[in-house]
Amino acid sequence: MAVVFERPKALLDVPTHYCPGCTHGIIHRLVAEAIDALGVEDRAVGVAPVGCAVMAYDYFACDMVEAAHGRAPAVATGLKRSLPDNVIFTYQGDGDLAAIGTAETVHSATRGENITVIFVNNAIYGMTGGQMAPTSLPGQVTQTTPYGRDVKTAGYPVRVCEMLSTLSGVAYAERVTVDTPAHVRQAGAAIKKAFQTQIDKKGFSIVEVVSSCPTNWGLTPAEALQWLRDNMLPYYPLGVYKDTTGGDK
Amino acid sequence: MKGNEALAEAAIRSGCRHFFGYPITPQTEVAAYMAKKMPKIGGTYLQAESEIAAINMVYGAASAGVRAMTSSSSPGISLKSEGISYIAGADLPCLIINVQRGGPGLGGIQPSQADYWQATRATGHGDFHVLVFAPSTIQEMVDLVGLAFEKADAYRMPAMILADGMLGQMMEPVSFPEEAAEVKLPEKPWATNGHKGKRPHNIVNSLYLKPDQLEKTIVDRFQRYETIKATEARAEEYLVEDAEIVLVAYGATARIVKSAVNTAREMGIKAGMIRPITLWPYPVKNIQKAAETAKHFLCVEMSMGQMVDDVRLAVNGKRPVSFFGHTGGVIPAPGEVLEQIKEIAGGVR
Amino acid sequence: MAKVTISVNVCKGCALCTTACPKKIIELAKDVINAKGYHPARVIDMEKCIGCAMCASMCPDCAIKVER
Repeated sequence: MAVVFERPKALLDVPTHYCPGCTHGIIHRLVAEAIDALGVEDRAVGVAPVGCAVMAYDYFACDMVEAAHGRAPAVATGLKRSLPDNVIFTYQGDGDLAAIGTAETVHSATRGENITVIFVNNAIYGMTGGQMAPTSLPGQVTQTTPYGRDVKTAGYPVRVCEMLSTLSGVAYAERVTVDTPAHVRQAGAAIKKAFQTQIDKKGFSIVEVVSSCPTNWGLTPAEALQWLRDNMLPYYPLGVYKDTTGGDK
Repeated sequence: MKGNEALAEAAIRSGCRHFFGYPITPQTEVAAYMAKKMPKIGGTYLQAESEIAAINMVYGAASAGVRAMTSSSSPGISLKSEGISYIAGADLPCLIINVQRGGPGLGGIQPSQADYWQATRATGHGDFHVLVFAPSTIQEMVDLVGLAFEKADAYRMPAMILADGMLGQMMEPVSFPEEAAEVKLPEKPWATNGHKGKRPHNIVNSLYLKPDQLEKTIVDRFQRYETIKATEARAEEYLVEDAEIVLVAYGATARIVKSAVNTAREMGIKAGMIRPITLWPYPVKNIQKAAETAKHFLCVEMSMGQMVDDVRLAVNGKRPVSFFGHTGGVIPAPGEVLEQIKEIAGGVR
Repeated sequence: MAKVTISVNVCKGCALCTTACPKKIIELAKDVINAKGYHPARVIDMEKCIGCAMCASMCPDCAIKVER
C-alpha cells in the first residue's frame, strides 16, 4: 500500500493550540503542502501575525518571524528586499490584515511587493475572545456587537480581494474556502499558485480563505461550516479577483 | 557636507544597504541622499507608507541579517516606538536616527533635545534599552554611525543616533573612513534567511506566554546591559580636572556650552564641561569623578530639563545641580549660559 | 483495499472527518477519552474505505494518514 495522505514535511509534527474544528489547521496544512510541492522550505521565511495564528512560528518548518499586529506585510517587505531569492509569505487574520494593518496591506500590494499573503477571514477576532472584526457581517452578533453589527454605527464589512484587485501591483488575488474536500483542494491549488507567482517574480499575491470560528460563533465545527456557506459566501463570493500571471490556474 | 547627508553616507560606508523611511522635517535629506545613492550601489531605498511600516520593514530586514536603518524626527519616532520595542524584544540589531525637533505633538520644526527621556527611558513599551549616541559635530556623526552599527550587531540591540535639527542642517568639513570594497559583517547564525536544509528553523520573536520564560529572557538581556554600562559609556571631558563649575551638555548644545566655558575661563572662572557621547549607557563615572572635586554642576539642554535627571542621579546629592535651557526650538545663546555660570560662580566663591 | 490511521491523541474530536467521509464509516468514539480529553474519531468499517482521503483533507490537525 502507498501513502496517499499524510502530514506535509513543512508542517512540524507538533500539536497546535487551535480549538477543535478550527480551519486554521487545514489552511496551515495547505500552506505547508504548497511549500513541499514547490520544494522551497529551505528558502522560505514565514511571517506570523498577531491573533489566533500568532504561534504559527512554532508550526512551520521553515524560518519564521513574528510580527506586530498588522505589520506582517511591512516585515515581509523588509525580508524580501533583503532576501530577493527567498520565498516570503505572511499568514494573517482579518483583524490583523484588514483593520490594524490595512495600510501595510494596501501599500505592500500597490508596491507590487513580491510576497505571498495568506489571509484567513473568519469574520471575528478569535484570540481576544470574539469581538467584531472588519469582516464581521451586517447583523452578526459578537462580543462587541451584542445587538448585531449595525452598519449605521459600525460600518460595513471590508471585501479585501475586491479592494486589492483594483491595484496595479497585485498579480494574483483569489478567494477560496475550506468547507468541503473539493473546496480544500481548490484552496490548496490557489495557495500553490500564489507561491508560484512569487517564485516567478510577478508581484503581490494574496489568497483569502473564508474560514470558520466554531468557538466564538458558538457553533459545532460542522454547523460553523454550514453558517459559513449560508452567510459568508453570499457576502464574500469565491473566485479569482485578479490574475495577471498569464499561467494556468 | 550637510549633517543629514553625512549621516547617510556614513551608513552606506558602514555596509548598510537597506534604508526604510518616511519624509519628515528636519531629517528629510537623509532619505533624499539614500534615494539618490542606494539604487546605484544595489541597495534598497524604500519610502514606506508610514513611520510604523518603515520601522517594521527594518525589523524584517534585520531579521534577514542585513544592516538596516531608518531615520526620522521626533513625531515620527513616536510612531516608530511600537517597532523599536519589538526589535528590542526580538534581540535584533538596527540603526534609528532621530533628528530631533520641538514637541510635544506636532511641536515645531526647529532644533530640540526634548526626546531625551524617550530615547533613554521609553523608546517603546516594556523593559528594554537602546544604545543612544549623541554626536556634536558632523565628523562625530560620521564616526558614531559606524560605531552604532558595530555595537548594535555586537549586542544584538537597536542603536539610535540622537541628533537635532541644528546638527542635521549644519555644514562642516568631514573625512570618511576609506571606502572598503565590502564591509565585513559579523556572523548572524540566528537570522531568518532560509534554513537551507542545514539547521533547524530559526524563529525571530518577542512573544513569551509563560511569565517565567519572559522574565528569564529579560533578565538575561539586562545582564548584557550591565556589560554595556560597564564598557560602552563614552564622554568628552573639557577642562574638567580643575573645574569648580562643571557644565554638562550633549549634541549641538555642547558646542554653545564649550564657547561659554572658554569665555568663563578668560574671565578667571574655573569652568569645565562633560559632554556625554553615549546617553545610554550614561557616562555615570565621568560625572561621579568630577563630583569629587567640582563644587557645582550646571546642565544645559534644549528642553525643560531631561538629561539633568541623569546628572542628578550620578551626582547623588553630593553637589548642587542646576539646570538651564530653552525649549520649543529656541536655542540657548552662549551669553545666556555665561550669565548662568557667573551667577553660580558668585555663589561658589 | 485502503487503510486509514487516526492518531488518537492528536485528534481533537471535531468530527469534520465524519461529515466528509462519503462512505460514512467514521464516528467519534464516545466510549474513549484521549490524552487531550476529547472523544477521538475512529473508523468503524475499514473494509468499506475507498482511500479517497476526504477525511484527511478536512482534518485540521493532520491526525489522519491514508494508505491505498
